Amino acid sequence: MQEFFQQVVSGIAIGGIFASLALALVLIYNAMGLVNFAQGEMAMFATFVAYALINRGMSYWIAFPITLVLAFGGGILIQRLVIKPVERAPVLTLVIITLGLATLVNGFAGFIFGYVPRSFPSPFSADSADLFGVFISYRDMGVIAVSGLVLLGVYLLLQRTTVGLTMRAAAHHPEASRLLGVQVSWMLALGWGLASAVGAVSGIMVAPILLLEPNMMQSIIIYAFAAAVLGGIESPLGAVIGGLIVGVTVNLAGAYLPGVGGDLQLAVGLAIIIAVLIARPNGLFGRAAIRRV
Amino acid sequence: MAALLEVRDLSVRFGGVVALDRVSFGVDAGQVVGLIGPNGAGKTTLFNVITRVYRPSTGTVLIDGRSVLSIRAHHVIRNGLARTFQNVALFRSMTVLDNVIVGDHTRTKSGWLQASVPLPGALAAESESRKRALEMLDFVGLVARADHPVAALPFGLQKRVELARALVSRPRLLLLDEPAGGISHEEVDAMARLLRRVHTDLGVTMLLVEHHMAFVMGISDHVVVLDFGRKIGEGTPAEVQRNPAVIEAYLGAA
Repeated sequence: MQEFFQQVVSGIAIGGIFASLALALVLIYNAMGLVNFAQGEMAMFATFVAYALINRGMSYWIAFPITLVLAFGGGILIQRLVIKPVERAPVLTLVIITLGLATLVNGFAGFIFGYVPRSFPSPFSADSADLFGVFISYRDMGVIAVSGLVLLGVYLLLQRTTVGLTMRAAAHHPEASRLLGVQVSWMLALGWGLASAVGAVSGIMVAPILLLEPNMMQSIIIYAFAAAVLGGIESPLGAVIGGLIVGVTVNLAGAYLPGVGGDLQLAVGLAIIIAVLIARPNGLFGRAAIRRV
Repeated sequence: MAALLEVRDLSVRFGGVVALDRVSFGVDAGQVVGLIGPNGAGKTTLFNVITRVYRPSTGTVLIDGRSVLSIRAHHVIRNGLARTFQNVALFRSMTVLDNVIVGDHTRTKSGWLQASVPLPGALAAESESRKRALEMLDFVGLVARADHPVAALPFGLQKRVELARALVSRPRLLLLDEPAGGISHEEVDAMARLLRRVHTDLGVTMLLVEHHMAFVMGISDHVVVLDFGRKIGEGTPAEVQRNPAVIEAYLGAA
């Protein structure tokens, strides 16, 4: 039973990482009806930036917020330079562009930083705390705390501030928002910036576990897709809960299902995507798409 | 009296279809002008040109003598122009109050960067914004529903929310696209009373598209009639109802 609880807590920790990346996907999906396939690569690149800062002697807790600010700016820059010129293109064009962007960012990271996996520091001790007989590592607790704070911050930004309100308005009804004075295009850019920063958190949190290299996020993005689809791709809350469910499920499957082990965990993520799409295409929190005919 | 809104020689063509054909008319400050015409007459197209959704093929629209064509869509509201939509374009995932607060957006002085960081100035601006939104909800009689999700309201009340959202920016000219469309008899009367108060208490000039004849004739000082994209008549409600061209457009040739 103890081991079970330990697996659940580790699952919540990794789930928080999935949730951050899934939330990034949902933010952009809400803003433009588009799945950003480059989200994971953008997060990986941001993690390299954090790595470079820490490697130059900057303390972890200074490098972390600086990286988020840079990722935010980078997200805005990508939206302005790459996405805005083709804003009105069909969604398939945009999807192909994000796929191209993913390849580009991946190659660029390889070019600058190389493909040798690097160990990335964790600010949390590798020890465990004994909580009522269940041993929980400080790392898991730290990851849960950081992801939780970031997700809470995004929630407050979107729900409690005027800028969050106008971002949601712009995403929901661009034409009506424009007439209310909302600068829709800039709100979309802000959405990209925010998504990029939130995604960066997932990269930085997962890097100590996986080792940092350009392909680090390629499995994580699959889990994030699973989380976003499970939550209902439009729902930020759904992405978070989806992330936690996927994290715990994958972790438990790895520990208890014979044969799943480490390698087949990704298959569990894919299985979740397929099962949700068949059984409940709108996810847990999504609204059914109703179209007038 | 100078026209607050002047539509001058306006034509809109979509490919070979002429949606508006050299339409001209004016709306004076303080007037309530009704825009009527059978389906497909070009009424909504005209609204969409005024609010910069469509570009006209020829002609201009002037607000206070200034061409709207030189104004960007998100600046239309700063020129004192607000509108409602035929099928209600509310932000469905938000509460009633938040919908109206978005309408106050341009009056909140802090920019988006300041507003995203909870600085004291931004917080003060937000509480001001909230206060104005609540006042406007009170005006349309929905203050008790401020925290309800807007999607849960019946259609007639959603129209009131949209009205409050348009009014909170304190426009000089309000464009109403079928304010009485799709709502019940009693609600139509209540809407007419409400719009009269918008006119008298808030001093808002109005241009409204409407199919409900009793409603439009009851509320308007002046009525403009479109048919197949052309203006076929205008005048006081009484004059328009006697106009043979108007009668023919509505009832067909006798």
